[in-house]
Amino acid sequence: MRIYAVCVYVFLYTPIAIIALFSFSAGRSASQLEGLSVQWYGRALNNPFVMDALGNSLFVAFVSATLASVLGTLAAVGLQGIRGPARALFDALIYIAVMIPGIVIGIATLIALVTVFGVVNPWLEAFWPGSAPAPTLRMGMGSLIAAHTMFTLALVIIIVRARLAGLEGALTEASADLYATPLGTFRQITLPLIAPAILAGFLLSFTFSFDDFIIAFFVAGSETTLPIYIFSSIRRGITPEVNAIGTMVMGASLIMLVVAQLILRRGQKR
Amino acid sequence: MTQRARNWLLVAPAGAWLLVMLVLPLSVVFVFSFGERAPSGGYVPAFSLEQYANLPARFTAFKNTLMLAPLGTVAALLIAYPLAYQLAVRTSDKWKTLLLVLVIVPFWTSILIRSYAWIFILGGRGIPALLDIVGIEGVRLINTPFAVLVGIIYGYLPLMVFPIYVSLDRLDKRLLEASSDLGAPPLTTFLKVTLPMSISGIATGCMLVFILLMGEFLIPALLGGGKVFFVGNALVDLFLQSRNWAYGSAVAVMLIVIMLVTVTLYMRLISRLNVQHDDAPLM
Repeated sequence: MRIYAVCVYVFLYTPIAIIALFSFSAGRSASQLEGLSVQWYGRALNNPFVMDALGNSLFVAFVSATLASVLGTLAAVGLQGIRGPARALFDALIYIAVMIPGIVIGIATLIALVTVFGVVNPWLEAFWPGSAPAPTLRMGMGSLIAAHTMFTLALVIIIVRARLAGLEGALTEASADLYATPLGTFRQITLPLIAPAILAGFLLSFTFSFDDFIIAFFVAGSETTLPIYIFSSIRRGITPEVNAIGTMVMGASLIMLVVAQLILRRGQKR
Repeated sequence: MTQRARNWLLVAPAGAWLLVMLVLPLSVVFVFSFGERAPSGGYVPAFSLEQYANLPARFTAFKNTLMLAPLGTVAALLIAYPLAYQLAVRTSDKWKTLLLVLVIVPFWTSILIRSYAWIFILGGRGIPALLDIVGIEGVRLINTPFAVLVGIIYGYLPLMVFPIYVSLDRLDKRLLEASSDLGAPPLTTFLKVTLPMSISGIATGCMLVFILLMGEFLIPALLGGGKVFFVGNALVDLFLQSRNWAYGSAVAVMLIVIMLVTVTLYMRLISRLNVQHDDAPLM
């Protein structure tokens, strides 16, 4: 049994180890180790396309995770007091949001937004005030942030709601009995108690958005995110540079995960 | 402001977001699936069932998905269960958490990067080269259904281990002792006690993996080399290459319908199993 477990761990970590190992190759081959060097890390970090894609990925992940955390938390708190068919409908929407495959979300968002933009853009042009040229709506960072926020919003609601359900009503009741305003109760009682869940939701959202390829592939327009860059590099032929980027991305995800775990655990102890 | 109004105000932004970015796009896909392709690509309004009638043209994609998704789910289950059992039942509390985290960590790193690593391992210079040394020649692994299956198992194993671990961890270990004290051989204990008690974990794990596999694109794209393709790959082709939005929409609607039907049937089956389990005199 123990040997079996070891085998599974080897299975899980060999591919990761191979990428990390090959990223230190001194040669040009991506699948052979010809001496050790960190030159590919330098190449990757000095490649303007990589840096541009990384910047886009970080920006989209940060903005969508922030939006999702704020809107998701508000919704989770509001949903506590809503019952009946409206609640059932909202729950169904959250369920659909996490169940529908990312690829369907991607294509659906693409054709819906392109169609809407096709209708709105001529209107904007016709009725834009002043002499400045009217802005044109197109697929890009905005649509990508909107799509990522949709999915991660559902994630945050699920996570925060689970935490809210575990809270004792006695604290908020006591606060209300002591004449705290609803906002005061929320700020001083509820918010500190659900803060770890919100932070965990933020970090999970960030990781999801940062790692997402399939939605971005459809929705990002001409913009490139890091997963899109990596995917098209693989298509052109894997280089040690891609291995170096992959190793750095996995390292960064690992750090995020450890941070999320630490925060969640501290929240549980409190 | 009343409590009621305040609740609605809190929910409104998220609700509006879901409406515009989820309900609207899915509705558009549904409507477009009854339309026609414009000559230059895109969509022309129409009301025809032509796109649905043409679905058999993509039969291979549906066939591959409907064969490899269940197969991958079962394979992941068979590999994950012994590990989850080992972690939950046979491992000391000291090591449990760390070992579990080690299983989950890969899942939270980019599946794109983890999958392409298998191009090295299964490619010409990987395992086939090793087999060559042993004397087994001419083995081709990359760009085969086998490669896709390995990628699937590798990618989704953590998602299967976790829920099974949780259900086994909750299991009262004294039940296992009681069973063996009463003379049950280990296999009987496993079949009559352990397995029924972990059905909920198995059910959750299988459903999570199956749902994600139905929409898979990356693993077949990277490891199937265009020879083993899923519905997801067909969708990418239809929307980004041939720009046939109407037909692509019909394929997407079909995929969702198949998912809904299988998941509903599956849930029925599971709830029946659970009912039987609750009737068992053990509890």
